[in-house]
Amino acid sequence: MTPMTRKHLLGLEGMSADDLKRFLDTAESFKEVSERPVKKVPALRGTTIANLFFEPSTRTRISFELAEKRLSADSVNFTVSGSSVSKGETLRDTAENIQAMKVDMIVIRHSAAGAPHFLASLLEASVVNAGDGAHEHPTQGLLDMFTLRERWGSFDDRKVVIVGDLAHSRVARSNIHGLVTMGVEVVVCGPPTLIPTDIERLGVSVETDLRKALEDADAVNVLRIQKERQAAGLFPSIDEYARVWGVNADALKRAKPDCVVMHPGPMNRGVEIAQDVADGERSVILDQVTNGVAVRMAVLYLCNGGVAIESEEEQAATDAKATKGKQVA
Amino acid sequence: MMLKLMNLNHTSYIIDNVVVVDPVRNTSYPGHVAVVEGKIDAVERGRAKEASLPIYDGGGLHLAPGFVDIHVHLREPGYEYKETIASGTLAAVAGGFTAVACMPNTNPAIDDPSVVEFILKQAKIAGRARVYPIAAATKGRKGEILAEYHELVAAGAVAVTDDGAPVASAGMARRVMEYAAPLGIPFIEHCEDMAASGEGVMHEGFYSTKLGLKGIPAHSEEVCLARDLLILKSVRGAKFHAAHMSTKGSINLLRRAKEDGLPVTAETAPHYLCLEDKDLVTYDTNKKINPPLRGEDDREAMIEALKDGTIDCVASDHAPHAAHEKQVEFNAAPNGSVGLETMFPLLVKHLVKPGHLTLPQVVALITHKPAQCLGIPGGTLTKGAAADLVLFDPGEEWTVRADALHSKSRNSAFIGHTITGRVKHTLVDGVSVLPAKVGV
Repeated sequence: MTPMTRKHLLGLEGMSADDLKRFLDTAESFKEVSERPVKKVPALRGTTIANLFFEPSTRTRISFELAEKRLSADSVNFTVSGSSVSKGETLRDTAENIQAMKVDMIVIRHSAAGAPHFLASLLEASVVNAGDGAHEHPTQGLLDMFTLRERWGSFDDRKVVIVGDLAHSRVARSNIHGLVTMGVEVVVCGPPTLIPTDIERLGVSVETDLRKALEDADAVNVLRIQKERQAAGLFPSIDEYARVWGVNADALKRAKPDCVVMHPGPMNRGVEIAQDVADGERSVILDQVTNGVAVRMAVLYLCNGGVAIESEEEQAATDAKATKGKQVA
Repeated sequence: MMLKLMNLNHTSYIIDNVVVVDPVRNTSYPGHVAVVEGKIDAVERGRAKEASLPIYDGGGLHLAPGFVDIHVHLREPGYEYKETIASGTLAAVAGGFTAVACMPNTNPAIDDPSVVEFILKQAKIAGRARVYPIAAATKGRKGEILAEYHELVAAGAVAVTDDGAPVASAGMARRVMEYAAPLGIPFIEHCEDMAASGEGVMHEGFYSTKLGLKGIPAHSEEVCLARDLLILKSVRGAKFHAAHMSTKGSINLLRRAKEDGLPVTAETAPHYLCLEDKDLVTYDTNKKINPPLRGEDDREAMIEALKDGTIDCVASDHAPHAAHEKQVEFNAAPNGSVGLETMFPLLVKHLVKPGHLTLPQVVALITHKPAQCLGIPGGTLTKGAAADLVLFDPGEEWTVRADALHSKSRNSAFIGHTITGRVKHTLVDGVSVLPAKVGV
């Protein structure tokens, strides 16, 4: 199934390098909008977007909202915690009610993998996946790729290490699909109990030893470790996790000197990522957040039927961005 | 001038011009069948001669013993919104089944003789397929106290199981086998280690990783099966039947157990022969089943196991659920697919057409072989047996449509599939039950 059928963005899996590039290039041109004094373009004027958040989220929701506002869309938020079962109304009914109010696009965050696919099969509206269970978080994947491309100029001959709870991570899956398609070498690392079965078949290699995994890495994407996983018996203690898989300055010595450090947030400082690394020179964590708005503008614009905006001289553009330097001291 | 089978209204007659499929003798031939007072009187080669009985035209259809499905959820009592005994047995005869054994995960569970009697009464009122109730192995299917097997068998129960869930403790599984042994009834296990399954919703493997769904590992089934086989070895006289086998590892365990001469039989279901975990890429909740659709190796092993007899028979695990229950997020959907109406054509398409088995061999998997697993009558063309018969066209292709199913629920994993073989007439005690005379 092509994730872009009927203008949905359900995942990065199966998307071609050209499709990915179209998103990244379009985001490139939207990024500039957020740097203007009047941060608004009329691209989605008259388009109604509903943000359905069935799971708590701060940054993704705000990022989507800002993207919508900067595109001049009309948006409404619908936030419910808990599954459809516990709240008494089914996801289907909620979605159909919102569609009955003539909404053009639905942005959905849900704890159940496949929930966006379910909506896409039911509704006329475009569906944008803002994270579904442990399945995909395509806009996060794109913004991570955008951030890397901004640094690197291209994806050629690069190695990215993804560290942490791969089993429960939608961020990891979207990153893997996107990066592997662009030809990046991806190594995943974490406790064996948090590495899902046959993940190698997604085109990655597995290395449980963090220091070995980081050997000559160009970037490390540090996943948030959920404390519930420890309670579920998947690893013995937060302490041991931090000691063995926490990304700190010492572990990073094995990586390339300009190795970029990413984190999708929210961070557990001192657990999966050391304080000095999170705030250090190599960290692009706040760039990711900035880029998230641009990427989401591009996604909403393209899913609404917008024509891709090609970047002019990609190399020139990225060079210019690279000279701007870090946003984090 | 032959009579039309559509208008069958005699109790003694001949059905002429059919291809007789005899699964016990593993053969098929052009022939005719004489039925006298609802019992099979003679099955002979060639066309019927001048006879004292009225002759009905079989129209060149294939005629076989009525199919037997030993794993069906009829949902009544308790879940009549999903299925009733009337609607479930209508689906059964539409699929060519003249006998079904129904599972005890009803509400209340079939753990009391009154429930057995109620089911048999409802089946009689419905007047379609025969129904053989399978009793709960433990009270309320809770795995704590044995159900009253003597009372339940006296009322008509034919086996015990806590299906839908395993008998979780080894200690209780042993008591179930011991207590059932002198009654000669099998203990049917839903083989699953609940701790190993955890919160899993599909087969654990590459596709669960890709889809971000929690996995149920193959060893969840195998650990429980291995445990039960070890217990079986030590319980004299026990009979054990493994329900809905789904993994290659289970096949290996069963093969060894049979070589060792253990009294074990096993079934698989059509979906484990025709579908795989990769078919879940659209998050279709109708394909959410427990045990889950497994990998390619497992599916291939299952076909081999049917060929070499490691698996004795095929049962549908017909599991109706209402549309509103299935039209939810994948995690939240209940397990199961309806299967009575698609089972035979799926077996023709996936086993006969590719040359894995012959038509009589496939018919055997859903007639006398499953009947033998439970020790119930049916599934043969023996003189004197009840004239439970099915007539079908093995070559007719049709596409499964939800609204054309007779079951009250339409949660089929095979909607949209084009399958081969169509049941035209079903007879129980020599009386036509399909085509249905009146709507439900």
